[in-house]
Amino acid sequence: MHRSADDRLFRMTTGIFAALVLLLVVGIGFELWRQSLLSIEKFGFKFWTGRVWDPVSGEFGALPFIWGTLYSSLLALLLSTPIALGIAIYISELSPRMLRQPLSYMTELLAAIPSIVYGLWGVFILTPIVRKLELLTPAALRKFPLFSGPPLGVGMGTAAIILSIMVVPFTSSVAREILKNVPIAQREAAYALGATRWEAIKVAMGYGKTGIIGAVMLGLGRALGETIAVTMVIGNNPQISLSLFAPQYTMAAVIANEFTEAADELYLHALIEIGLLLFIITIIVNALSRLFIWSTKRRLVNIISIPPVVEEEKAA
Amino acid sequence: MRRFVSVVALVALAACTKTEAPPAGTNTAGGTPGARIMVNGAGATFPNPIYSKWFSDYNKLRPDVRINYQSIGSGGGIKQLTSQTVFFGATDGPMTDEQLKSAPAPILHFPTVLGGVVPAYNLPNVSAELKFPGPLLAQMYLGNIKKWNDAAIAKANPGVALPNLDVTIIHRSDGSGTSYIWCDYLSKVSPEFKQRVGVATSVSWPTGVGAKGNEGVSGMVRQIPGSIGYVELIYALQNDITFGSVQNAAGEYVRASLDSVTSAAASAAANMPADFRVSITNAQGKGAYPISSFTWILLYQNPTDKVRGKIMADFMKWALSDGQKAAAPLGYAPLPKQVIDLELQALQKIQL
Repeated sequence: MHRSADDRLFRMTTGIFAALVLLLVVGIGFELWRQSLLSIEKFGFKFWTGRVWDPVSGEFGALPFIWGTLYSSLLALLLSTPIALGIAIYISELSPRMLRQPLSYMTELLAAIPSIVYGLWGVFILTPIVRKLELLTPAALRKFPLFSGPPLGVGMGTAAIILSIMVVPFTSSVAREILKNVPIAQREAAYALGATRWEAIKVAMGYGKTGIIGAVMLGLGRALGETIAVTMVIGNNPQISLSLFAPQYTMAAVIANEFTEAADELYLHALIEIGLLLFIITIIVNALSRLFIWSTKRRLVNIISIPPVVEEEKAA
Repeated sequence: MRRFVSVVALVALAACTKTEAPPAGTNTAGGTPGARIMVNGAGATFPNPIYSKWFSDYNKLRPDVRINYQSIGSGGGIKQLTSQTVFFGATDGPMTDEQLKSAPAPILHFPTVLGGVVPAYNLPNVSAELKFPGPLLAQMYLGNIKKWNDAAIAKANPGVALPNLDVTIIHRSDGSGTSYIWCDYLSKVSPEFKQRVGVATSVSWPTGVGAKGNEGVSGMVRQIPGSIGYVELIYALQNDITFGSVQNAAGEYVRASLDSVTSAAASAAANMPADFRVSITNAQGKGAYPISSFTWILLYQNPTDKVRGKIMADFMKWALSDGQKAAAPLGYAPLPKQVIDLELQALQKIQL
C-alpha cells in the first residue's frame, strides 16, 4: 500500500514535468501568433511569399529569409554529413583503442564552443580564405549561377562552411553511439559470410540507418536555428540567389539584427511573425524526419526481420 | 547504455548553451535599504560609454542617488519609456510625432552630446584622403556607381589615381542610430535616395553587404578592397580607420572631428525648435561637418514620481555644465554653449 502511494506520487510528479514540456511548446506557439497578429492580419499568406522587406514603408515579406535559412542549412548538411559520419565510423570501428576517448572528447568539445566565437573566427580567419578561393575561381566556373557575383568573402558559402563545422559534433556524436550499439553479432555474422571490413561496416550502418538519419536531422535542427555566427558571415542582404558568393540573410539573423531598434508596432509584429515561421518550419522539418525514420524502419524490419533498436529512436 | 544517455545529455546541454540569452529585462526597483534612490533608464547604445561615466561620477557627488542605464537600443528605450517600465529613455533619433502621440503623457527631448558618422573606405595604394560630395555618397549607396574610377568620383578628387575596382557597399545590418543619421543625411542631399530608401534605423538597402555594429562594418571594410562603409566618428578615431571628408552645405569639404561636429550644432542653434527634435545633418555654416547628430535623453514633462523627477532635472543641469567636460576625452563632441543655454531654460518646463 505504502509502496503504491509512492509510485503514484512519483508518476504524478514526472507526469507534470512531461506536461510542462507540452505546455511550453503550445505556449510559445500561441504567444508568437498573438504577438504577430498585426502583421498576420495585414499581409496574410503574402508574408510567406513577399520579397520586399522595407521597414520605412512598412512592407514586409519573409521569402528571402526563408530561402536563406533553408538553403544555408541544406548546404551545411551536405558538407557536414559525410565528415561527421566519417568521424563516427573511424572512432567506433577503425581507430586504435587509445585514440578513441581523446577523439570523442575533442569532437564533443567543438559543440561546446559558443557560437559568437565561431562567428569571430569566421569573420577574421575564414572570410579572407574564402575570398581568396573566390578570387581563384576560374572565369568559366563563374558563369554558373552557383559561383556568380563579386568575390566578397562573406556570403552564403562562408555561412554554410561555418554552419557545417558547428553541426559536425552533433551528428558525429550521436552517429558514433549508434554504431557502438549495433550488436556485435551483426558484424560477426558479416565476417562469417566472408565480408571485408568495409562490408562489415556497411552492414552495421544499415542496421543503424534510422538512428543515423536521426543524427543528421538533429544537425539540421541545429543549423536552422543558428543565429550569431551566421549573421556575422552571411552578408545580411535579403536576396534570393543560388550563388555561394552572394550575401544573403536568414530568419534568425534578421530577428537578432533588427529586434532592438524595432519601435514601430507593425515592424515588431512582422519580426515576431518571422519567429513564428521559423517555429513552424522547424516543426515541419522535424515531422518530416520522423516520418522518414518511421518509414525506413518499417522497411528495415520487413527485410531483415530484426526487432527495432530502442536506443536509436531516442537519438532521433 | 549509460554512456549513451550521458552523450545525449551532453549534446542537449551543449545545445542549451548555444541559445542566445534573452535581452535583459528591466525592473523599476524602488529604493534600496539605506535610503538610496534608484532611477532606471534605457535606450541608445551610442552614448552608453559617456552615460555610464556620468552616472558613476554623479553617484560620487550624490551618494544617495543611483542612476541605472541599460543600453538596449533607441527603439527599445522609447518603447520602455512609453510603457513606463523605465523612468527615462535615451535615443539617437528623435521620437516621431506618432510615437509622441501614442505615449501616455507629454515627453521632452534633451540633447546630451553629439556624434558624427564618417565614410570609411579601403582603397589599396591610394594615400590621398578622398573627398565625397553628399549626392555622390547617395549614388554609391543606391548602387548607381559601380567602379571607383567612375567619372563622378574622379571629378570630386582631381589628381588622385583612382583604381579600376568594384565598389562594395557595406552598411549596418542591425537597427541603429548610426544608420538613421547616415540615411537622414543622404535623404537630404538626394531626392532619389529619400524616395527609394528613406530614413529609419533599419532600411531596405538597394545593394551591399550588411555587417553588425561599428566593429562589423569597419572589419568588413578592412577586409574587402574597394569597399566603403559608414561608422561612428568616435569609433573611427579610436581605431585609426581611414575616412574621407564630406562636402557640407556651404560647399566646403570638411573632415569630421569633434570641433567640426560641435560647429554643426552651433550653426543649427539659431533655428532650434523648442522641443529640440531637430536633425542637424547637412547644417548650414562654415566648418560644420554635415553628418552630425544630437543624442537625446527623454523625460516626462509631468513626472508622476516627483522625487525621481527632481533627481533627473538636477542631473541634467550637472550633465550640461560639468558633465560636458567628460565628453571630449571619451570621443564625443560637447554641446555648443547656445544649445546648453536653451536646454537649461527648457528644463524649467518639467513640473516638479
